Amino acid sequence: MTATQPRPLSTAHLTRLHLKYQFLETVRVPMAVLGNLLFPALAMFFFVVPQPAVADDPVASTMAVASLGLFAICSASLFAHGLGVAEDRQLPFDPFLRTMPAGPAPRMMARVLNGGAFSLFGLVPLIVIGWVFTAATVSAAQLLAGVAVLLVVSVPFVLLGMGIGYSLPVKAAVPVVQLVLFPLAFAGGLFMPPQFFPDWLATISQATPTRAGRDILVGALTGEDVYAAAWPVLLGWTVAFAALTVWAYRRDEGRRFR
Amino acid sequence: MSTSDPGPTSPPRGGPHQPRRPDQPSQPPIISVAGVTRRFGTVVALDDVSLDIAPGELVGILGPNGAGKSTLLSLVSGQRKPDSGTVRLCGLDPRDPAARTTLGLTPQETGLPATLKVREVVDYIGGHYPDAVPTRELLEQFGLTGLANRQTGGMSGGQKRRLAVALALVGRPSVILLDEPTTGLDVGARQVLWQAIRDYHASGGTVLLTSHYLEEVQALAERVVVVDQGVVLADDAMDAILDRVGVRRVVLHSPALGDVDDVTTRFPQVTRVEVSGDRYELFSPDADGFVRELVGSGLEFHGLEVRGATLEEAFEQMVSHQPRTSGRGDQR
Repeated sequence: MTATQPRPLSTAHLTRLHLKYQFLETVRVPMAVLGNLLFPALAMFFFVVPQPAVADDPVASTMAVASLGLFAICSASLFAHGLGVAEDRQLPFDPFLRTMPAGPAPRMMARVLNGGAFSLFGLVPLIVIGWVFTAATVSAAQLLAGVAVLLVVSVPFVLLGMGIGYSLPVKAAVPVVQLVLFPLAFAGGLFMPPQFFPDWLATISQATPTRAGRDILVGALTGEDVYAAAWPVLLGWTVAFAALTVWAYRRDEGRRFR
Repeated sequence: MSTSDPGPTSPPRGGPHQPRRPDQPSQPPIISVAGVTRRFGTVVALDDVSLDIAPGELVGILGPNGAGKSTLLSLVSGQRKPDSGTVRLCGLDPRDPAARTTLGLTPQETGLPATLKVREVVDYIGGHYPDAVPTRELLEQFGLTGLANRQTGGMSGGQKRRLAVALALVGRPSVILLDEPTTGLDVGARQVLWQAIRDYHASGGTVLLTSHYLEEVQALAERVVVVDQGVVLADDAMDAILDRVGVRRVVLHSPALGDVDDVTTRFPQVTRVEVSGDRYELFSPDADGFVRELVGSGLEFHGLEVRGATLEEAFEQMVSHQPRTSGRGDQR
């Protein structure tokens, strides 16, 4: 009987399929899209535009846009995937989808791509505000490189979010995401430039995925030097979070009660 | 005025979702469950269950809520894995996606993605299968064409159930698993879905369905597996099961029938008696014979009432092989 069993469809086809319907499902709840667009823009208006020391300095304001952009991407990735996956697991449609002739990869890849697409939408108002209201300046090539780097940097955070989502119920996922996000953002220099860190924190900082991502991003946008360990640190965390996600997915059977 | 117009709720006819028919009658089982135990914490949901289903069978799993029916289906569909024992679907581990290319099952009606439109959900699910039924054709069959652009959140319960069964068939499966397919539906809607299931089976498909409605299993299944507390109590052809559970309940009032032993001695057709004052509740596989003999005996009685046993009573009957005597008012 094994010989007559048709083979499952290709991962590429299934990923496109899941991406299409995940995108549709996201777009049909407009508030989710709007929140993504507004949050980084508001943060920019409150924390960067009113400070002439930052807003009038081209390098400082470009760094501020980069840091806020990265924070927005981290936050969107962790919340959208951490909460999104945990919420999906509570819906009866999720176990149904898991009985389709497809492994976990297409759904996860579609999730990463869908999260990336909406993160990009969120960057648009941020970039516009940075351009109009501050001295931030980049060339078109630098801007494109920056956006590409942001997408690459978002991957470990999407994976971490999914790992949390597949491990925990919604009520536990919310505080865990917050506990992970804010310390990482602070230690990674997204709220305060790392030059002001004490030595011990500066050392820890360089081992965080947020700091690695920030420096790679700033390097792409301003041409400043990136510390040597940045790429290995980012890749290491990506592998670790991918392993966490795969482990949590395998362990999850959609059960919610004991 | 056309009398042949089937209308939107007409039963879907067989046809495009032709399952792969077994080539020979002596095929290996399409579903094989061998010595499977599955626990949830300290609860044993399935306890050393074995079950083989041949291609083309229509099997009903019957059991009260919490008996282990859904757990069994979740093992066969690869959602869970057993703590011990093996499960095979089309000869493969059901956790391997290749085993599931010819599997169809129904989502729970509450679980459809509310913001997607009906045709989008069909496209979405159908998109997973190598040879899916075209969406338009499937919607037509299930009388859902008019709802194609409606978001699933706006459908009625009956419409959602119809969509759920349509989704089970979209991949032209050789096996479908139906978990309580018509629970909560009105009679008309239920008949439509039953017909769809019969058509699928008539075209060669294998069906495994669970229900806690005796009526539903009776209407559809050829073979019945009775599960309770994680154990298979009975696994037999429908007729044989009906003989076993075909117990009727007779209620009557009589000042002259005596105690439990008197009744079972006098009327061998009676397998179980409950007495409360002058009210007798009797269970018998041959209620007609009992009533005939009761009338013939000339004993005084009134308020005679005969009806089929409920499922719980049938289960009790199935568990106790000996004629059982119990009484609320009159103990031995």
